[in-house]
Amino acid sequence: MAVAAPPTIQAKPLRERLAPLVIPAVFVLIFATVLVVAPASWPKLITGILLPGLTLAAIYFMLSAGLSLIFGLMDVLNFAHGSLFMLGGYSAWTCNQWLDPAYPGQWPLTIASGNLRFIIGLIVGALVGAAVGSLIEISLIRPLYKRPIYQVLLTLGLVFVFDALVRTIPAWGSLSRAPIKPPMLTESLSLLGRRFPSYSLFLICLSVSLAVIIALVLRRSRIGLTIRAGVQDSAMVEAMGINVRRVFTGVFGFGSGLAALGGAVAASFIGVYPEMGLEYQLFAFIVVVIGGLGSYSGAAAGALLIGLARTFSDHLVLETGLPTAIASASTVLVMAVVLLLKPGGIFNKQ
Amino acid sequence: MTPILEVEQIQTFIGQYHILHDVSLHAEQGSITALLGRNGAGKTTTLKSIMGLTPPQTGVIRFAGQRINGLRTFKIAQLGIGYVPEHRAIFRDLTVTEHLILAERKRGDLRRRGDLIFSLFPDLQRLERLLGSQLSGGQQQMLAIARALVPETQLLLIDEPSEGLAPVIIEQMMRAITALSEHTTVVLVEQNFRMASAISQAYFMLDDGRTVDHGTMTALRANPQLIQRYLGAA
Repeated sequence: MAVAAPPTIQAKPLRERLAPLVIPAVFVLIFATVLVVAPASWPKLITGILLPGLTLAAIYFMLSAGLSLIFGLMDVLNFAHGSLFMLGGYSAWTCNQWLDPAYPGQWPLTIASGNLRFIIGLIVGALVGAAVGSLIEISLIRPLYKRPIYQVLLTLGLVFVFDALVRTIPAWGSLSRAPIKPPMLTESLSLLGRRFPSYSLFLICLSVSLAVIIALVLRRSRIGLTIRAGVQDSAMVEAMGINVRRVFTGVFGFGSGLAALGGAVAASFIGVYPEMGLEYQLFAFIVVVIGGLGSYSGAAAGALLIGLARTFSDHLVLETGLPTAIASASTVLVMAVVLLLKPGGIFNKQ
Repeated sequence: MTPILEVEQIQTFIGQYHILHDVSLHAEQGSITALLGRNGAGKTTTLKSIMGLTPPQTGVIRFAGQRINGLRTFKIAQLGIGYVPEHRAIFRDLTVTEHLILAERKRGDLRRRGDLIFSLFPDLQRLERLLGSQLSGGQQQMLAIARALVPETQLLLIDEPSEGLAPVIIEQMMRAITALSEHTTVVLVEQNFRMASAISQAYFMLDDGRTVDHGTMTALRANPQLIQRYLGAA
């Protein structure tokens, strides 16, 4: 048909396209400044702060991405998200432990390769999380979509249920269990003349790849399109003939699986203990609030910010002899500053 | 001929509020039917009840002879009912193209219906890459209707298409709705009586959650008293 062709209008303003790069840019700037001012300190800076910070950020990201997407799409603030993290950790730890032929005959099936046990542990952890998460959504959350307060109470209650469950299972118990690392990732690598655990590098790589894959799915695929639209107006998506409830369950299950995978990789790093869920969930909530509730890029940026802030302040406390409470308070401080500047979080567009 | 849409004595509650007391209406195939009434008369809730967004507690809604009340919203939409809500409900972070792709129910819907959509709203073609939040009110309204037309649609429910639009854009919208009524039946909620009376053939008058009158638009135009009584002004 004959349509006069007016000039094509630029798709997105430049400012909006560059927004996700602001936080990494700030960090690059800070590190660059330090490098210029004190060049001798840079190996320490990288292996002592940057990489450990990214390691923490990697775990925070896996926990917060799902939390944020679930909140954005269905307005559910899932307080039991950390429990799924913990459940993933215990599942993976159990695979590592019980499938080991050296472990006195618990399971008839054993796998000789520690690496294979580790990979199986990750997969089982993620699947357990996804399955439990989907079950929770279908059976408990779904009847309460119109009663948000009840949801909060319900998911808070689930925290206690899962906590008691872990302590009751004899093989798990209340004690903390030491991490079991796969043989291929036990070594330390030599980086800039300093040692750095290869497992941390693996964690960073895994989390970054997942972040990129999820971002691509959200950007490019039809299901990603549905989720992005649903985050803004799920009733309209339903009125377009899309079964939103099924999407809800899928996203809830996926977010739970991601959290559980986070727990599973963390298990070989920090070990497992019943409180791990709550401990990491606290940071995940800070991350999500900083990034903007419901924003996926916000979760990634917030994880980066909090991970680095945490290791940086740990380092500072260690160097200067300041009270350790300052290190723990630093993340909350960052949150307070961000919320003062942008009350809705970094990536909140409202 | 049986009407494509029949609403019989529905009652709808939103929370504890009794919004619709007794609403009945019907729409003939290929016609434009206007729902008229003051603010708060229940026009929007009537459309939402048809879509299953605020399901009616009693009464019957039939589409093409099939009872649809009690079905879930996405099922109702899949039967061939397009919904253009008030305030348009455009997704601010999605581009125009993404809106249309999301609206596809079968692969190739957009290819099949693209000609119709872009002949109704040629402007949309050059806006393809813009985000919902970057569109003007009129452009958003065009996109909201276009989105509803992407799948095969037998019935289109449009809520206040003229809301907040400039007169020249309203003219455009009226022409587009008249043109698309050759392809689908339209039920229109409209505050702007001039617009509603210019394009629709039939009307249903709602007042305080009840259908109080209905007939042909020609008859209504000849009855200024009725217009004065239920709409306040001619």
